[in-house]
Amino acid sequence: MMNLLTLRETSSDQIHYLLDTALSFVEIINRPVKKVPNLRGRVMVTLFYENSTRTRTSFEVAAKIMSAEAINVAIAQSSVSKGESLKDTLRTIQALKADCIVIRHSSSGTAQFAADHLQIPVINAGDGRHEHPTQGLLDMLTIQKHKGDLRGLKVAVVGDVAHSRVARSNIWGLTKMGASVTLVGPSTLMPHDVSELPVTLSTSLKQGLEGADVVNVLRLQTERQERGLLPSLREYSKLYGINSRTLRYAKPDALVLHPGPMNRGVEITADVADGLNGIHSAIEEQVSHGIAVRMAALYMLMSVPSSSVAQQMGDRI
Amino acid sequence: MRTVLKNGRVVDPSQALDQIADILIEDGRIAAILSPNSEQADAEIIDISNRVVTPGLVDIHVHLREPGFEYKEDIESGSRAAAAGGFTRVCCMPNTNPAIDSASVVGHILSRSAQVGYSRVHPIGAATRAMEGDQLTEMAELQEAGVVAISDDAFPLQNSETVRRCMEYCAMLGLPLLTHNEDKQLTHKGSMNEGGVSTMLGLPGMPRVSEDIAVARNILLSELTGCHLHLLHISTAGTVDLLRKAKAKGLNVTGEACQHHWALTDKACLNYNTDAKMNPPLRTQEDCDAVIEGLKDGTIDCIVTDHAPHAEYEKEVEFDAAPFGILGLETSFSVAYTTLVLTGHINFSQMVMLMSTKPAALLNLPDGAGTLKVGSVADIAVFDLNESWTVDRKAVQSKSHNTPFHGMKLQGKTCFTMLNGRKVEVN
Repeated sequence: MMNLLTLRETSSDQIHYLLDTALSFVEIINRPVKKVPNLRGRVMVTLFYENSTRTRTSFEVAAKIMSAEAINVAIAQSSVSKGESLKDTLRTIQALKADCIVIRHSSSGTAQFAADHLQIPVINAGDGRHEHPTQGLLDMLTIQKHKGDLRGLKVAVVGDVAHSRVARSNIWGLTKMGASVTLVGPSTLMPHDVSELPVTLSTSLKQGLEGADVVNVLRLQTERQERGLLPSLREYSKLYGINSRTLRYAKPDALVLHPGPMNRGVEITADVADGLNGIHSAIEEQVSHGIAVRMAALYMLMSVPSSSVAQQMGDRI
Repeated sequence: MRTVLKNGRVVDPSQALDQIADILIEDGRIAAILSPNSEQADAEIIDISNRVVTPGLVDIHVHLREPGFEYKEDIESGSRAAAAGGFTRVCCMPNTNPAIDSASVVGHILSRSAQVGYSRVHPIGAATRAMEGDQLTEMAELQEAGVVAISDDAFPLQNSETVRRCMEYCAMLGLPLLTHNEDKQLTHKGSMNEGGVSTMLGLPGMPRVSEDIAVARNILLSELTGCHLHLLHISTAGTVDLLRKAKAKGLNVTGEACQHHWALTDKACLNYNTDAKMNPPLRTQEDCDAVIEGLKDGTIDCIVTDHAPHAEYEKEVEFDAAPFGILGLETSFSVAYTTLVLTGHINFSQMVMLMSTKPAALLNLPDGAGTLKVGSVADIAVFDLNESWTVDRKAVQSKSHNTPFHGMKLQGKTCFTMLNGRKVEVN
């Protein structure tokens, strides 16, 4: 595997391997001294064309635990308005001797574009509404920890599915591992054609959550309302908000996930978010698992085969 | 000067001709069509045995980019690409810079193309000044300068009132109005067809209904005004259906289709291939089938390329940011032959009709375009229908390389074209 661009193109074997590796790294991040030498001397560059706190920080923490150098390049505007083309920026970073580029961009397909133009590995940290594979993996790792095997589980993904890269990575990752996925949301925020996706759709929260083992609540971008896709946040919240009452549509032990950042009171209520009153919420745990998953991805794509290290050392002697 | 095209298969639907014959050309005009291997004294003989010879192909929808965007294409490279594809006439769209909205720009295009001499170029005038969608252009003056039609291509008119006035004025002058049919509110920031593939790729979609709505409006306005409405680049099953109904009603409406809108689907956008990004976008198999059906039953009048070159660096960007448009002139004949004729949808004579005779008639192109009738200007194309070749985006006459047919194996290739009875040297 050269890149991590999508879960659609990642095989179930590779997903297994990444999840198993990540699981073994969970132990490391819980140590008081969080440092392993695996990626010493390697350089990870995060290239973010969109604002992000948690994903970028998560990659940075993951790299540092693995002893890699983490360099952050943040570009507020898209390459188009900036003058330099994305291709030139990417090739410049490669020439600066990065060993891996982690890219986030508002245009779908940008990670693929980067991979097409670079020799070094590319990790997709979110491209437009396309995919966010490490988020999909950390969701799966979290579900696995709580539910054991992913096979046969029913996962409901609730909210702004049409614009969500988290939803797409969930769909491919989970179904490859044998879970089923139902998308729930208002028709204006649902994809118009899901013929190429292995999912079922529901515009009714009650129906969509029925029998769900996991409820993955998506963030509602408030600008959707401005574009006329929603009458009001109030009505959205009334129809699709996850609270202790609506959560009862799902299985009693249903696990609640949210990729963050949350709009408390819009798509999720505080008691559900915080796991009060016996609700199984794993939202903070997802964040920690994100580090482990990104460590696994970096390890898989950036580690130098021991033979070539020995070769180098031999050359010096 | 006398030239004989000897022993070729002459296919000319304008006179229901499909037979082995010799074509005698005198002083740039077709002088006679004779039985094969006729004896002609004092004539240059060009042996075209095992080749087909047709009236030069006519493409009424190309973008030559000059003036203003010569880094993408210019009249020289674009008309050379046309000749390489078997075209002797092309009609160029007005979205240049400055737009074709004044007699001086028309004059420049006509004189430059005559000077270059690869194929004839007929300019199409802009519907509104600078293509801004407001004030009508001086269409009478444009017509006098040589435009053969009026169009809003690339900047589809959104205001129905403007379309109405434009049609009224065109109808008065007897100029066809060529419309790009798109409701921009519905396509918004879309960059490909809205469907299963756009969902999977996470790309904002352009729904098919955005074309159908504009087509329906334009047909109604054509009925009101009597203007000859010609629908550009038909891409949806809905449009084919609306056009069929309009024709059944006897309205003055015609339509065209591009090779990519029946030979490719939106699946060509997988891997975010910006060479498969154009507007209207590649649709679904159902739409391709409807376009083919429309070509077969005569609903769609002609085949065009919408040849739209863009520089490599413009296309080598994020899919969202890439400009719409692809090359067409050098693949059109072979794609049509491979995907329409070899598959049995239409016969070769029908294909020549769709690519030469009918488009020439639609825009009333002068000098006997689209025919080999005796007395016509000797604008001729010669093809080898047996030659197979693989499209190579780098091996083109165009300045640009943006073709989604790269790597595709096609059959049928242009041997050469003639203008005024003189062989056009492309290389």
